[in-house]
Amino acid sequence: MRAWFPYPLLSTALLGIWLLLNQSVAPGTLLVGLVLSTVLAWVAVKLQPKRSHLNRLRTIAGFVLLVAVDILRSNIAVAGIILRSRGQAVRSGFVSVDCDLQDENALAVLACILTATPGTAWLEYDSRQKKLLVHLLDLEDEPAWRRTLERYEASLKEIFQ
Amino acid sequence: MTELAILWSILLAQVMLALAMGLALYRMVKGPRAQDRILGLDTLYINAMLMLVAFGIRTANTVYFETALIVAVIGFVSSIALAKFLMRGEVIE
Amino acid sequence: MSHLTDLPSWAAILVCALLLLGAAMTLIGSLGLIRLPSFYDRLHAPTITTSGGTLLVCLASILCFAILQSRWIFHELLIIFFITATTPVMLMLLGQAALYRDRLEKPRDVPQKPVPLSMADSQ
Repeated sequence: MRAWFPYPLLSTALLGIWLLLNQSVAPGTLLVGLVLSTVLAWVAVKLQPKRSHLNRLRTIAGFVLLVAVDILRSNIAVAGIILRSRGQAVRSGFVSVDCDLQDENALAVLACILTATPGTAWLEYDSRQKKLLVHLLDLEDEPAWRRTLERYEASLKEIFQ
Repeated sequence: MTELAILWSILLAQVMLALAMGLALYRMVKGPRAQDRILGLDTLYINAMLMLVAFGIRTANTVYFETALIVAVIGFVSSIALAKFLMRGEVIE
Repeated sequence: MSHLTDLPSWAAILVCALLLLGAAMTLIGSLGLIRLPSFYDRLHAPTITTSGGTLLVCLASILCFAILQSRWIFHELLIIFFITATTPVMLMLLGQAALYRDRLEKPRDVPQKPVPLSMADSQ
């Protein structure tokens, strides 16, 4: 079973997207979708992604909610900065932070969250010194932002342990 | 009455989206360096996709939504290719 | 304009509000592309367009066609999924490319690459 479906989550997601794109569950569509999702999962084996185990569904749900609220709040904050930015200069700058997440997939999720949040942009991660280089649009918020990052790290460590 | 209000607000939203497309186009044409132009192009295609969704709401035609989906996927691939070129092009020089 | 007349008025108001708010967020994001002074500042502007604008406009469409029940709403869900999944990757790659170029051309303005520990010891 494991040899045929090396990544069951990936296969299911691909099949789901295929069916949504076709918007039908006719036997032909279903068959092509099954073949595609199985074969593409074999291709993914060749890429050798790091495996990690997700656990604690309740933590995941809480984390998603937290991130959504943060993105909403920073959307409003950055919109305000842009609208007020005509006269005064924006106080933006680079920040270097320590970050010791071990799991590669957790780092990828953290990178996507930080970049998707308006006001922070992930630029570089040095895996040897565990330093993270981030550009912040509003440096006044830096202490609050560091606390948020620590909270994200703690949740991600708990999810991807 | 309701119909008139919704038509006017769709029109207003489309005007705003067109303005946003114009601003992104300005950054793409002017943008001092290559990365600014790529950023402008990226914003331009996302705005164009939203414009297609607005047309879709107006006409209830499924073709607009399919086109918006294709624009979203192809724009992503082209932006990734351009950003990758910025890094690789300099390595070869 | 046959299908829009079938909307009940509360739904029409909600759809209008979501659509206008989404378009306004998109406009603000593109305005940031013009107004903000440096490239790294401008890197933040499109995220407003993608997270706020796309979500609100697609929600308006979902609400409209979920009430009318004239077509499936999976396209909007897929658009939201693709945009939220792809934009961070693209912006990250663009930021890295810009950082790489700036380090070559004007090293004063950007932070340098941290020196590896083994090299720092040997110097």
